Amino acid sequence: MAAIDLTRNPLGTRSRLGTSGLSPLQRYLHLDGTLLTALLLVALFGLAVLYSSFGENPAQVQKQLIRLGIAFSVMLAMAQIPPSTLRRWTPWLFAAGVVMLLAVMVLGVMGKGAQRWLDLGIVRFQPSELMKLAIPMMVAWWLAERPLPPNWRSIVICGTFILVPTALIALQPDLGTAVVTAASGFFVLYLAGLRWRWIFALLALLAAAAPLLWFFVMQDYQQQRVLTFLNPERDPLGAGYHIMQSKIAIGSGGLFGKGWLNGTQAHLDFLPERHTDFVMAVVSEEFGLVGVVQLLAVYLFIVGRGLWIAVNAQDTWSRLVGGSLALTFFVYVFVNAGMVSGLLPVVGLPLPLVSFGGTSLVTVMAAFGILMSIHTHRRIWSS
Amino acid sequence: MHHSKAIKDGSTEARQFFRRVVVAAVAVCLFTGVLVNQMVKLQVRDHEHYSTLSQQNRVRLQPVPPTRGLIYDRNGVLLAENRPSYRLTVTPEQVRDMPALLAALGEVVSLDEAEISRFQQQLQRARRFHEVPLKLRLTEEEVARLSVHRHRFPGVEVRAQLTRHYPHGEHMAHVLGYVGRISEQELRRIDTANYAGSTHIGKSGVERAYENLLHGRVGYEQVETNALGRVLRVLERHPPEPGVDLYLTLDSRLQRVAEAALGDQRGSVVAMDVHTGDILAMVSHPGYDPNLFVGGISHQQFQALQSAGSQPLFNRAIRGQYPPGSTIKPFVALAGLHHGETNETRRVQCSGQFSIPGDDRVYRGRWHSNDGLLALRESIAESCNIYFYDLAYRMGIDDMSGFLAGFGFGQLSGLDLNGERRGVLPSRDWKRGALGEGWYHGETLHTGIGQGYFSVTPLQLAVATAVMANRGQAVQPRLLARTGDDAEPLEAPPAVPDPEERVVVSDARHWDAVIEGMEMTVHGRFGTARRIDDGLDYRIAGKTGTAQVSARMRDVDHEDRPYHHRDHGLFVAFAPAEAPRIAVSVVVEHGGGGGRSAAPVARQVLDAYLKGPVEAEVEVAAEVSEHGGD
Repeated sequence: MAAIDLTRNPLGTRSRLGTSGLSPLQRYLHLDGTLLTALLLVALFGLAVLYSSFGENPAQVQKQLIRLGIAFSVMLAMAQIPPSTLRRWTPWLFAAGVVMLLAVMVLGVMGKGAQRWLDLGIVRFQPSELMKLAIPMMVAWWLAERPLPPNWRSIVICGTFILVPTALIALQPDLGTAVVTAASGFFVLYLAGLRWRWIFALLALLAAAAPLLWFFVMQDYQQQRVLTFLNPERDPLGAGYHIMQSKIAIGSGGLFGKGWLNGTQAHLDFLPERHTDFVMAVVSEEFGLVGVVQLLAVYLFIVGRGLWIAVNAQDTWSRLVGGSLALTFFVYVFVNAGMVSGLLPVVGLPLPLVSFGGTSLVTVMAAFGILMSIHTHRRIWSS
Repeated sequence: MHHSKAIKDGSTEARQFFRRVVVAAVAVCLFTGVLVNQMVKLQVRDHEHYSTLSQQNRVRLQPVPPTRGLIYDRNGVLLAENRPSYRLTVTPEQVRDMPALLAALGEVVSLDEAEISRFQQQLQRARRFHEVPLKLRLTEEEVARLSVHRHRFPGVEVRAQLTRHYPHGEHMAHVLGYVGRISEQELRRIDTANYAGSTHIGKSGVERAYENLLHGRVGYEQVETNALGRVLRVLERHPPEPGVDLYLTLDSRLQRVAEAALGDQRGSVVAMDVHTGDILAMVSHPGYDPNLFVGGISHQQFQALQSAGSQPLFNRAIRGQYPPGSTIKPFVALAGLHHGETNETRRVQCSGQFSIPGDDRVYRGRWHSNDGLLALRESIAESCNIYFYDLAYRMGIDDMSGFLAGFGFGQLSGLDLNGERRGVLPSRDWKRGALGEGWYHGETLHTGIGQGYFSVTPLQLAVATAVMANRGQAVQPRLLARTGDDAEPLEAPPAVPDPEERVVVSDARHWDAVIEGMEMTVHGRFGTARRIDDGLDYRIAGKTGTAQVSARMRDVDHEDRPYHHRDHGLFVAFAPAEAPRIAVSVVVEHGGGGGRSAAPVARQVLDAYLKGPVEAEVEVAAEVSEHGGD
């Protein structure tokens, strides 16, 4: 810690942050006004889209509103915890997460053919959601104590931190979440300066391992999805139908869209899962390319703000965690939009802050809570 | 840790991190570019293509419900069928003024308030372009009138569908059960994809027990719709897999005979094949019309059925728990012989009283034939309580209830129907578990004559009687004989008796002694069921029972008691005694002595089964019983 030059930010310029550098919102509520505004913007837009895709049913929108309320509360709570405390908790959080994942394997509740939940009586808890945060925190915890870039031993250990829980999640099976957890862990290693040759070697290894994955790890339905992705016509009644319909919805939206509440694709029941994973298609149909680009711009702004916070963070752990969380958020957006527009195979990932549903929303907002905490608990020196 | 900390270089790391972030940010922008490019491709370059597709996108998938399997009796008589019916639906999106439409429709077909309020409720939840049912079961005339006025009502459709119908109505209600609308609770349990097109599900009886077989697999239809979502034509069909037809073991003719024999009395009759366990008849009276439940029973009607004192919805045959009374005596006698506590010749003074040594309590018995000194056979035939008090006391509760368990008392029979009750076979363990108390000698005596804690279902009595008829060979009752149209039996019939499972007694001749006692019950001079001996050309082995309902009324004559304090009449029998084929149990609630109330019912069932189908005779029997002939 002592070795870090606290008076200079990584850009090499003298820090301009004085005591007055923190706004009252940042100082007392530990919130970042810029980030918060962008998040609220997307959330409100999401509510409008859901109202349309639910056929103008206010009851469902109300449900989502409550979930958003809970998610923003979690963000607020996380923002109050100083990064040093979070860092201290990290190993325990990680260990608890792995234990719960193992418990899910043994006594999880079956839902939709996958074993993902722990039934805690009142709520059904999904340990894989916790891992989305715990894995990058854990890898950063390990690396923050050691000289960077990481040596061989650190890479192997961090690889274990990433692969063990990810494998457990992939076995549930929950491919979407496994992609996110693996990516979030990898981002930490990358940001910590993992040598480029190792990164390329890893990519080569992944390419080589793909056939093995296909035959030994992927479930039948996952294989079907990939095959369908490569050739949507082969399954016109199932997933192929979904992709085709989704593309029609997007394509028919055109430059300016059909207008809010006017998406015929969505309203005539052609579009499957239009409240959850395929909600992006509704956005595209009703708001057109202009709307999509605007939404992507706000997402990009959020990612950028996250990265900026990470760059300005004052210790290695905060930097690595902050950067990873921001990049992971982008993975959500990219994978979801890519899948809906036919760029990527269908893996179940929600469009953050827009898709109907609560569990993943809470995790995403908790991540932003951590980012805000990193930003607002900086020690400020007057220049 | 300390070592590594020492060589950490903060500012180098921060710079390295910054470089990595810059690279990542560039990558993020590139990936976003790819996304935007894809969107531009879809929304600008191919916009016209997709626009056309969207306008022509009239292809919709809609589920096609499978037809429910039919249910037949063992002789191929149809017990549950599907009848076409018409219902009126409204698509809200196409209606400008709903109240006006309803008013106008009301002039063409009759719409009652319940229908309208139900419709309004469903309207709240439905999507605007989905059809909402307004009236179920249109008459032919209403269908005709609607087709004439159709142009006046955009958005109103007459839809044909198949509705479950039970041609036998009340007669089979409890066994068959019924189907009803899928409830919220059931929605959580079932495979919703497979029920996507279905509105009904088996709620009770065979309909529920074999729901998996009867329902079938859902099909899908690709239909072309117009811009408003109305179906124009079917493009492609993936036909549903219809449900499996079931052939039950029931003999509907015998069922009707049994019901007619029971007449107006409340009670139950169970008849089964002693070898296969086939349930030939299973009556619970009074019944109800299951067809009421299919179309949606009104709250009032349901309340009336549920609160009726006669409990028509209650399946007495498998859920009614009655004290077995003296019908238990042959089994107790066999237990006594097996344990060497009595033999075929030992006599007991039957007229008089019995007390446990050291206990002041007196257990009385009725007057019996001759000098009142009765041996085993006569004690069964004349139902001597003192003989069985004595025997039960000698044996003790442990040996007795251990032996009786072999006949299935206090256990589920495993019949393929939901909701069977266990009854109670009293024992020390049972009492400790259920009441937390120890066992008293006096209770052993009550158990020995089928009173006290003892309770059985009519089904259990029939099964136990079948095991007696089989001389110990166990048998499992079953209702499903086979599936499908083929005459092939089920691949694994659910109820083939396991030859290993049998009640073993110390000497096989014990069976003869007890069964002879049961024959004397019907054919002997002093037998308690001798009234059904008249004109018999085969031999019945039976046992009467009278289950005490109210201890207070024990000294009041049967006829003088209020209905609800009258004893239940029971009778169990199998026939022909020398080569048994069928076992019957009859319970007549508040019918008084079993010889008088229950035995004649059994006689008619046995006659009908053993003498074969003579329709005229059946009708005569029915009439006699309906007029209370005895």
